[in-house]
Amino acid sequence: MRIALFATCLGDTMFPEAVSATALLLARLGHDVVFPERQTCCGQMHVNTGYQPDALPLVENYVEAFDDSSIDAIVAPSGSCVGSVRHQHGIVASRYGSASLCGRVDTVKAKTYELSEFLVDVLGVTDVGAYFPHRVTYHPTCHSLRMLRVGEKPLQLLRAVREIDLVELPQADSCCGFGGTFAIKNAETSTAMLADKLTDVAATGAEYCSAGDSSCLMHIGGGLTRLRTGTRTIHLAEILASVEPAVAPKGVPA
Amino acid sequence: MTALGMPVVPPRGSGNLRGVKKFPDAARQELSNPQLRRNIGKATHTIRAKRLNVTGELPDWEQLRDAGAAIKADVLNRLPELLIRLEEAVTARGGVVHWAADAAEANAIVTELIRRTGSDEVLKVKSMATQEIGLNEHLEAQGIAAYETDLAELIVQLGHDKPSHILVPAIHRNRAEIREIFLREMPGVDPELDDNPRHLAAAARKFLRHKFMTVPVAVSGANFGIAETGTLAVVESEGNGRMCLTLPQTLITVMGIEKLLPTFRDLEVFLQLLPRSSTGERMNPYTSMWTGVTPGDGPQEFHLVLLDNGRTAALADEIGREALHCIRCSACLNVCPVYERTGGHAYGSTYPGPIGAVLSPQLAGMDQPDDPNSSLPFASSLCGACYDACPVKIDIPSLLVELRHQKVEHARFGPEAAAMKAASLAMSSSRRWTAAQKAAGLGRVLAGKKGKITSLPGPLAGWTDARDMPAPPKRTFRQWWASDEGRAALAEAREEGQQR
Repeated sequence: MRIALFATCLGDTMFPEAVSATALLLARLGHDVVFPERQTCCGQMHVNTGYQPDALPLVENYVEAFDDSSIDAIVAPSGSCVGSVRHQHGIVASRYGSASLCGRVDTVKAKTYELSEFLVDVLGVTDVGAYFPHRVTYHPTCHSLRMLRVGEKPLQLLRAVREIDLVELPQADSCCGFGGTFAIKNAETSTAMLADKLTDVAATGAEYCSAGDSSCLMHIGGGLTRLRTGTRTIHLAEILASVEPAVAPKGVPA
Repeated sequence: MTALGMPVVPPRGSGNLRGVKKFPDAARQELSNPQLRRNIGKATHTIRAKRLNVTGELPDWEQLRDAGAAIKADVLNRLPELLIRLEEAVTARGGVVHWAADAAEANAIVTELIRRTGSDEVLKVKSMATQEIGLNEHLEAQGIAAYETDLAELIVQLGHDKPSHILVPAIHRNRAEIREIFLREMPGVDPELDDNPRHLAAAARKFLRHKFMTVPVAVSGANFGIAETGTLAVVESEGNGRMCLTLPQTLITVMGIEKLLPTFRDLEVFLQLLPRSSTGERMNPYTSMWTGVTPGDGPQEFHLVLLDNGRTAALADEIGREALHCIRCSACLNVCPVYERTGGHAYGSTYPGPIGAVLSPQLAGMDQPDDPNSSLPFASSLCGACYDACPVKIDIPSLLVELRHQKVEHARFGPEAAAMKAASLAMSSSRRWTAAQKAAGLGRVLAGKKGKITSLPGPLAGWTDARDMPAPPKRTFRQWWASDEGRAALAEAREEGQQR
């Protein structure tokens, strides 16, 4: 399959390792991975903050970057950005764009997937051959959970990882309190939500808190480093792309 | 105004639909009260678990939600016709219908009706509509004492407090606090009263019983009004409401015009949806229904006040009207992570929580830049738990996003608008975007050797008050992708892929 990476603005700028992990993972699974360089941002921040007209150029740019019939699928390591493409691009296009933009939005969004749903639903893979010998807990981010309904897919993928010690996160489906500009506009409430999430993460004794969204991980991770608990954050893609250190293949004479 | 002098936009609501502070400021105050957070957290988690149990056991729960949503959409699509039908049915059964455009009109009508009975006391059935119009305060100013008969509502009233939850108005109080309120405020209370919930309920019962036997007039709300038959319905847990609905000579019901159901049969759907969503019970203990008056049985005079108070304004908004589907079950409050931390008072209006964040600005408007209601659509992390819990499938997150859009369209100025415009410009071309990324790399200077940013300037300071910000990495993804190292890593991965 020819797969276009959607790095997302945050992934591209702040969390390149989550995006490169996605690229390497898909390539290792035998796919042709491309990166349309025209891409920037899905526009979610603008829509969610109330600036829909300002999101239009971003929707147009997304369509320009990815409306390419040679691309079979567009994959992003972010439930939230894929949720925006799927649920908000149509709203912005129909309100402020042309009829042709609406049509192209529909074409492109139908090919856009979050990583775990792409792996499980489209490729039919749950065991990606990863190896990650660490205690890990998983936070199902709100938009993956409720906008995309990824359900158990990320956990199915994690359970298949070699040597992983996967521990359940208490109150996993509670929001971490990030919410984009919510964390700025309602900083105290966001912080109160984060505090409870950090308590739950700490209760697992995990070395890593993982999730499918770098934005939520930035929020949770920002709290964890402040608390100096030692628990680190890691994107789901990085775990799935992690492989056993090279050893001599069995049965092959040295 | 049009040529005929009619307002283009219907009048917005008045009464208790607007707080005095913006949400972030009001929330700050509530967040600093750890007792309140514990009380609310404990109560919402308990109701949440109960609700999941009783909705999970119904095999057709999703179909019931769909049916509820469909009936409500139908009601709002033909509201004028159904309201006239209701008026005809109520009148035919000996009731009197009054129409109130706003809170002031509704209060005046109710006051006049109570005065005509000659009483200066009135019993109250728990009612969101009368809280919305501030009826109790209005009556007090007119020299009429209103007694709330719902236990939690009585606690709030005696505590000179405001309800903080649609269903559990005293959710923010624990039993020790309730005992203190009773000892201080309840006439004739036993000074030895302890904080055993049974003893507290018994004290309230003793106080209320006397009122039920002597006050000749009661004011209720209505959970449902049936257009077909003119029947009004109230569902409750304690039976105090039923006492008010049956004992007095005169009954006055104040109902928001959206609370209609077309036919009696529609109750089947809503009497399953409402109790399971609100109290987590299969059925509520008391369901009272009354249709006009019955000679010799129950109140001999019945008045229905139909309240608009911003509802037709909300109805006129093609997208926003979905909020009028709300049946006030409070399921969205109980699952909301924001409500769980701030409680209901932070929302200012009678309607707290996620649905309140939609309803209050819709009913009362948010046209002024400094309107506290204009902060409500932003009082959500858009986590979507409310949408999943709503028994009539109101897409609250999408409505909040829509209201944010409306708010910004009203007032597109200020530093935020400029920043959004700049971000839009930077992000709409990859050339400008990569230039902006280079500038972001300067964040590494802010971060210094720590590798993280512990203090951000201006409006971003709220972030670093409680969390670090990672320093931007040395290389963006697109730089890695174009680098020799990136190309080599990808080639290696590709090769591994071919070997699999």
